[in-house]
Amino acid sequence: MSHLLKVNNLKINFKTYGGEVKAVRDVSFHVDKGEVLAIVGESGSGKSVTVQSIMGLIPTPPGIIKGGSIQFQGKELLKQPKKELRKIKGSKIGMIFQDPMTSLNPTMRVGKQIEEGLIIHQHASKAEAKKRAIEMIKLVGIPNPEERYNQYPHEYSGGMRQRAMIAIALACNPELLIADEPTTALDVTIQAQVLELMKQIQEETKTSIILITHDLGVVAETAKRVIVMYGGMMVESGTVFDIFENPKHPYTWGLLNSIPNIDEEEKKQLEPIDGSPPDLFAPPKGCPFAPRCKYAMEVCIEEMPGEYEIDGGHVAKCWLNDPRAPKVEEPVALGREE
Amino acid sequence: MTEQLVEIQALKKYFPIKKGLEVKSVDDISFMVKKGETFGLVGESGSGKSTLGKTLVGLQQPTEGTIIYNGQNVTQFNKEMKRKVNKEMQIIFQDPHASLNPRMRVGDIIAEGLDAYKLLKGKERTNRIYQLLERVGLRPEHAKRYPHEFSGGQRQRIGIARALAVEPKFIVADEPISALDVSIQAQVINLMEDLKESEGLTYLFIAHDLGMVKHISDRIGVMYLGKMMELSNSNDMFDRPLHPYTKALLSAIPQANPRAAKRNRIVLAGDPPSPTNPPSGCRFRTRCPLAMEICSQQEPQWKEVEAEHWTACHLY
Repeated sequence: MSHLLKVNNLKINFKTYGGEVKAVRDVSFHVDKGEVLAIVGESGSGKSVTVQSIMGLIPTPPGIIKGGSIQFQGKELLKQPKKELRKIKGSKIGMIFQDPMTSLNPTMRVGKQIEEGLIIHQHASKAEAKKRAIEMIKLVGIPNPEERYNQYPHEYSGGMRQRAMIAIALACNPELLIADEPTTALDVTIQAQVLELMKQIQEETKTSIILITHDLGVVAETAKRVIVMYGGMMVESGTVFDIFENPKHPYTWGLLNSIPNIDEEEKKQLEPIDGSPPDLFAPPKGCPFAPRCKYAMEVCIEEMPGEYEIDGGHVAKCWLNDPRAPKVEEPVALGREE
Repeated sequence: MTEQLVEIQALKKYFPIKKGLEVKSVDDISFMVKKGETFGLVGESGSGKSTLGKTLVGLQQPTEGTIIYNGQNVTQFNKEMKRKVNKEMQIIFQDPHASLNPRMRVGDIIAEGLDAYKLLKGKERTNRIYQLLERVGLRPEHAKRYPHEFSGGQRQRIGIARALAVEPKFIVADEPISALDVSIQAQVINLMEDLKESEGLTYLFIAHDLGMVKHISDRIGVMYLGKMMELSNSNDMFDRPLHPYTKALLSAIPQANPRAAKRNRIVLAGDPPSPTNPPSGCRFRTRCPLAMEICSQQEPQWKEVEAEHWTACHLY
């Protein structure tokens, strides 16, 4: 089966006064129809830049696509003429951003913002577009859709604005929905509402979703496959069970051990990852995580690890998985029960 | 050990917004913090938890009510006496980017309290700065640098060093880790727990990350729209929550375990109402799945339903 989206060896740099930042360094992944892929990582790991490049949202300059390809339904997005790209983006890929207040147009009624895509890409008539917009407002669970259609974003609460964003992104029935930290700005009870809504819509419409988040709880509950990014690279990828129950990269171990387990009765000390994320102006020659890694060996500092396939589809970029590496005792990860 | 350090009685903090309209940020709240404990205060945005914290350390004047610190009624103090008490109560803020003056050197930021109270001068002051920097995991040479040269986690350490400088007994930590990356959050939490032991501190830890609150707190209070909804020790709160709001809040935490039996998630309908015009009776009733008739007519009383487990709900 061919993949809905296939990203190969993507490399993105940014020119700044301080030099060139290597934001994305050789990232490859795919998304299949109807699946939810989560990308986790800390600030600066390159997760947002990766998905923004799919949408063609990287400003060039200062951004430079150094290499790689992004294929969507077999079409190379990086080589499409602007007009063609606009068509694909508008009707087949939808995006939800973290902060709904800054991504909605404050001077435009919410209903009109939902209609925009329909009128441009699906050539809907005004009446059709309005009908569909009201349907969408209802679908995302906003009460009084007719009234809400005519309101401005500032009249909406935070959770409702995020729902409006989802309505806009889904209005054209996209094949792929990219959600960049969609619930980070929301309170827990509202986060639960929005995640529930996304799950429900995903099941009904079979839309594929790329979910970017730093909340491992959100990942465990929504995703089928997970990519862990660090320092502009993919350090581990696999199914959510691979990542939570049999992680093979020390960074993933560190992430899982940094969060408290709410079911613990006895209080355990958290095990943080020491140090801070790498400087992307001059990324280390070897593994980007080596300077913070408890298990770092000489080779880690000297040479970039290759991709080790643990088992079907579970890949870790870490020298520890090399047959020549010493066996280390893996810290018990959260999801793993004894 | 059960000695209380801070007690607040019927505390109210209202903010006028326009004629006749007020935001009741903190509305008639009473509780106490025991000496040496970490008291976790949770609630969603707009619940009044930060206002409560700021009022406690004297950054806000209470509209009504009493704050008792170490047996003294602080609310009746004059300026000079307040100044003395405030030295013992410090605060750590959420955003380490906004709470450090970008034009001051780190050493001077940390020494602000020392200078304000004229505690140390010259060599002694410098040594104290160095010692504080090392205590929070930074290096003495960092004293000469400016805040922008540090990462978020390091800045939060600077904020902690500043709070520690005047040897406080009580620290209000207002969302100290929400702005930090996951791997850095654990570093800061461990540091705070360490310091609590070594310096004999008492914390009021304000946060919305319930997992972290459970991890660090001995007791937890849950706020909603300016009211305290439930209060108990942290294990009881998670094992046997009483208030429907607490139950919904706990069930909403995403679990970092893909096989976790899907908890009976209670997804609350709607948004929190506006604090300028809170619902009559119980404030939670508009979103409460178990609301009864009495909930709109009468405000539920704050009562001790089980030993040391308090809630305000008509169900009990």
